[in-house]
Amino acid sequence: MFPELDSAAPGGRLAENVMHFARLLRAAGLRIGPDRVIDCTRALELADCNRREDWYWTMSAVLISREEQRPIFDQAFRIFWRDPKLTEKMMAALLPRAHGRAAKPEQQQSQRLSDALFNQKKPEEQQEQQVELDARLSFSTREVLQRMDFDTMSAAELAQAKKMLAQLRLPLPLVRTRRLEAAPRGARMDLRATLRQSLREGGGLIPLVRAAPSEIHPPLVVLCDISGSMNPYARMFLHFLHALTNDRDRVSVFVFGTRLTNITRQLRHRDVDIAMARVADAIKDWSGGTRIGACLREFNWRWGRRVLGQNACLLLVSDGLDREAGEGLGEEMQRMHKSCNQLIWLNPLLRYDQFEARPAGVRAMLPHVDRFLPVHNLKSLIDLAHALARPEPRHLEKRAWS
Amino acid sequence: MPRALPNCIDQTHELLKTADYVADRSLATALYLSLTMQRPLFLEGEAGVGKTEIAKVIAQTLGRELIRLQCYEGLDIAQAAYEWNYSRQMIEIRLAEAAGEKSRDQLSQDIFSEKFLVKRPLARALEGARGAAPVLLIDELDRTDEPFEAYLLEVLSDWQITIPETGTLKAAEPPIVVVTSNRTREIHDAVKRRCFYYWVDYPDAARELEILRRKAPKAAAALSREVVAFVQRLRGVDLFKLPGVAETIDWANCLVALDRVTLDPETVNNTLGVLLKYQDDIERIAGEEATRLVGEAKSAAVAA
Repeated sequence: MFPELDSAAPGGRLAENVMHFARLLRAAGLRIGPDRVIDCTRALELADCNRREDWYWTMSAVLISREEQRPIFDQAFRIFWRDPKLTEKMMAALLPRAHGRAAKPEQQQSQRLSDALFNQKKPEEQQEQQVELDARLSFSTREVLQRMDFDTMSAAELAQAKKMLAQLRLPLPLVRTRRLEAAPRGARMDLRATLRQSLREGGGLIPLVRAAPSEIHPPLVVLCDISGSMNPYARMFLHFLHALTNDRDRVSVFVFGTRLTNITRQLRHRDVDIAMARVADAIKDWSGGTRIGACLREFNWRWGRRVLGQNACLLLVSDGLDREAGEGLGEEMQRMHKSCNQLIWLNPLLRYDQFEARPAGVRAMLPHVDRFLPVHNLKSLIDLAHALARPEPRHLEKRAWS
Repeated sequence: MPRALPNCIDQTHELLKTADYVADRSLATALYLSLTMQRPLFLEGEAGVGKTEIAKVIAQTLGRELIRLQCYEGLDIAQAAYEWNYSRQMIEIRLAEAAGEKSRDQLSQDIFSEKFLVKRPLARALEGARGAAPVLLIDELDRTDEPFEAYLLEVLSDWQITIPETGTLKAAEPPIVVVTSNRTREIHDAVKRRCFYYWVDYPDAARELEILRRKAPKAAAALSREVVAFVQRLRGVDLFKLPGVAETIDWANCLVALDRVTLDPETVNNTLGVLLKYQDDIERIAGEEATRLVGEAKSAAVAA
């Protein structure tokens, strides 16, 4: 089955070079297993490439698995196949760096380890604080935290809030699929299971096995504003999103300020601190201005049709304060609203009782949302969880604010 | 009459050309590899760039049967792979009863045998004889859900389908598989890993002109040049849905039907609906923008 990797045979150097090339791509972040390396060697032998062009397209067919990878592949290809000797040297220089990158999470973990050790030293102090809180207010810290705004919390309180967020689950409404699953009181009949059941008993009796359409969670897409005005809330919300991303499949997370960044892959890491560090690396416009219209437009244009399929539910986290005074925002919101099943706008400014839909951005966005909910503290997140579990008619939600 | 597979990239390229499919050499390379190494070809790209057409062309030029599996939400094994013929099975049980058949094992063996099996596209694709394996087109895989993708893994890597009641259906010769996706969601890496990936892009002006020459032969050469120049410019505009090759061909045919030999702003405005399928896009282009693009396209067509 396996091709000969004998370096003495003609073309033996080929396998070696392909292997080095694959390692280069892997170091650059493409996911390429040994199976693809083997495929690639075989493909190159088969294609009998005399032209550089054929060589390129053969490798690209085997090694690329999505179009976004092409720029990286192109660069690597140009550098590597110009002079493999040169690249061997480069690899020697590059690989330790790649290892260095891989080792980084461990470093972070060790940082966390020291944090943990440090924290263990003073549990008394923390307890004291709790007692104090309990004395001042008649409900538990948990309750206090639930009410307190994210932006008025101290570091210790934030840490605790993060812990609570990690336990919070978001029960989105289920959607019915067209696929059937066994259900004792289902309206449909599963003939195949019925016959099997019948034969198990000798074919004399035919007990009916019933089925009903199965229900699944719809894909969840989150668009989170990370501009300066959202700063205290966005950080907390990212922690919540991390918990959510690791809790279920089909969650895509985007953040935007002056530009749109997809941080789904970064959030996928199980360890919340590593995930946050990666997110921080990926975001270039943290706490900057806001261009909601332009970012939503980019989302609609580049991502909308790729992530909003299959009855997706869209959460938009933003205060609606737009630098460009809501220019072009209405149309983009409308498009977004039409391409998803449910659009929920979470706005931290809603905590103020006198909130009015004054800013142009808010006014442009309001007509196109299904629900409009506050998200400034833990309690509001818990409310959100409840609200999502029971979808209400949209006009009831909106009237209070528009 | 089944024909043998091409021997090299050039032959593959020629083969596509004989069926009026104007392909890049890059596509020929990917196709040749997938034919020779018996791997599925995974085609991704915007709607209307000719992904499905590739499978049809392969089937036609190689003289193979084309088996098409159109994916949709909720597609399950019963519709994609195989199903038992329940009513016949029930009759069989009654007959066995009437005949006084007592052996349970014998009965279940009779019931779950080949003659009660209804084969659907995936199972039929595994039935090809040597040298005459059919072309299996799994169209718009992104429309199904993840569980179906997972089911495909067995078919696409081992060329077999496991039927719990009887055993395994295995292909004597693997079918030629073409998988297409419009990218309305990402297909899992596990599926992509088993395939050769090819991104079908919009063609450049020269290739699009060649396509028009073959697919809309009634259009005058000058008109075709203008049409291509116009569409190519349109693809540079920031539109929500860019027109694909299919739209270009439709539009050229539509202009021929209107007896136009050259582009003029009014006709373009009236027929924009053939090219653009979103109202926002049409609003944006209709009027001044269209006039400007027509002017540019005309001068470019003359220069070419």
